[in-house]
Amino acid sequence: MRRDESPLIRWLLIALALGFLGLFLVLPLAAVLAQALGKGTGAYFAALTQPDAWASIRLTLLVAAIAVPVNIGFGLAASWAIAKFDFRGKSLLISLIDLPFSVSPVISGLVFVLLFGLQGWFGETLRDHNIRVLFAVPGIVLATMFVTFPFVARELIPLMEEQGREEEEAAIVLGAGGFKTFLTVTLPNVKWGLLHGVLLCNARAMGEFGAVSVVSGHIRGLTNTMPLHVEILYNEYDFVGAFAVASLLALLALLTLVAKSALEWRLRDEIAALRQS
Amino acid sequence: MIEVQNITKHFGAFRALDNVSLQVPKGKLVALLGPSGSGKTTLLRILAGLDAPDHGRVILDGIEATEQKARDRGIGFVFQHYALFRHMTVADNIAFGLTVRKGKDRPPRAEIDRRVAALLDLVQLSGLAGRYPTQLSGGQRQRVALARALAVEPRLLLLDEPFGALDAQVRKELRRWLRRLHDELGLTGVFVTHDQEEALEVADEVVVMNKGRIEQIGTPAEIYDQPATPFVYRFLGNVNSLPCAIHDGRAEIAGLSLAIEAPNSGGEGDGIAFVRPHDVELRPPADGLPRAVVEQLAILGPVVRADLLLPGNISLEVELTREQHTHLSLAKGSSVGLSLRRARVFAGA
Repeated sequence: MRRDESPLIRWLLIALALGFLGLFLVLPLAAVLAQALGKGTGAYFAALTQPDAWASIRLTLLVAAIAVPVNIGFGLAASWAIAKFDFRGKSLLISLIDLPFSVSPVISGLVFVLLFGLQGWFGETLRDHNIRVLFAVPGIVLATMFVTFPFVARELIPLMEEQGREEEEAAIVLGAGGFKTFLTVTLPNVKWGLLHGVLLCNARAMGEFGAVSVVSGHIRGLTNTMPLHVEILYNEYDFVGAFAVASLLALLALLTLVAKSALEWRLRDEIAALRQS
Repeated sequence: MIEVQNITKHFGAFRALDNVSLQVPKGKLVALLGPSGSGKTTLLRILAGLDAPDHGRVILDGIEATEQKARDRGIGFVFQHYALFRHMTVADNIAFGLTVRKGKDRPPRAEIDRRVAALLDLVQLSGLAGRYPTQLSGGQRQRVALARALAVEPRLLLLDEPFGALDAQVRKELRRWLRRLHDELGLTGVFVTHDQEEALEVADEVVVMNKGRIEQIGTPAEIYDQPATPFVYRFLGNVNSLPCAIHDGRAEIAGLSLAIEAPNSGGEGDGIAFVRPHDVELRPPADGLPRAVVEQLAILGPVVRADLLLPGNISLEVELTREQHTHLSLAKGSSVGLSLRRARVFAGA
């Protein structure tokens, strides 16, 4: 901020920003917690340990545990290829990576229904082999992966492009192979961007509603993730249950943010060193 | 000996190198000199194996290396912006070429440490082993990059604009230091530069490049004293280019008549005569001597620069010593006689 800005304008701007944050972030979070604890902590924990709620928590963690590592692999491979090599169809690949951002999650879910549903392309083959994709865990994992796959790549591509290719070229001239160069030069240079991408990817993987809702089938205790479970409870007027699960979801998101900030704060010198070149 | 034969390289429609052949004798330091876009960096990258030529061959010590991978060529490369590994300390940067070796080729840790220490000593950075690249000055980074390249004991050291990103004072020091280092280690080296002073001072041999072609190869003295083409004349040092008419083996420039030196640049008709400012001799006006009028005088430390006007509105820049200046008592607007000590005429240029 410019030092010569009048104090009135400065305070006005800060107040505006804080007011906005309060209204749209803090207040809703507080409301969720207030509703969840509306009938005391006993009811709150009872709602969380209820078997269907517990199943949804486990399913959500399982889906994230599969989708996030897969997308780390994909994101690293895609951004490495895009930022460090020239090839035909590069801009097409970049647009394709953005696709899940531009398509409504409901459509993303429907794509999998078209592919793996009974009337879908692979529907009969899958039924003949007794493999369930839709309305089962594999479908939920696939839909979540699809929706979250841009996060890591999108975070890394600009970072790698900004860092250029010279360090990799230096490593190769010094005798390092391609994979060795990736491990010893490229990866350490982007690790903070990668962490950020992973956290965003994880938050979305746990919170995804639209695409998962289409493919899940909403089978209680089996194919309900936390967001789906919240909706069901809410529609049944079980406000304590709905908001208890919702508060847990929000808590997971907050935890990842706090973890990220703490890491950045502890290692701020190293991060600053990596950003300069 | 390092050799490239008939190298051609395109980037899209742009021809970066056009049938370039060059030999670098063992133990010599060669400068690739040219303006930006002349193809010098591309040639360096092809030598290193970072770019592949469309046509032509690269031969390292008698062995065909055109298809050889960059990592197998045993070359040291110092990048223009150093390309130090930013997450590694100075010592780890220097050790990198040794630590990435596999199996039996990798020296034991103690040996690596010993060599890193020796190299740090060589580049005069012994106290900075634990620093990160961002904590170093430009000149220090440059020396770390050089030490890192030398650690693998390369058969060829390539440097891309090694002093380009440094300020003038540091550049001068490093230039001398690199030349001394080269003489001590007896390396074969090629460096790219657009700075003629740098090329003339540091290199054993200078390769002047323009638009993807080699204009001239020679020692610094040859390049400066006997430029082979108008481009080399203009690119190296200050020069007057005077339009002239060529007739019967003589060039006529505004009353000055010159015998044409080189037979291959003969011919009839229009041409251009190149004259260095210090190759013009000024004398008191006398009969039979061409005359010029002093337009402007500037005293630049030990030398004086005079802008003269020849008949026919042709300007001529002349450099003379302070003594000559006093002796001739030149002043703005005064008349002076002149003759040319040396000039070179190119027909039709």
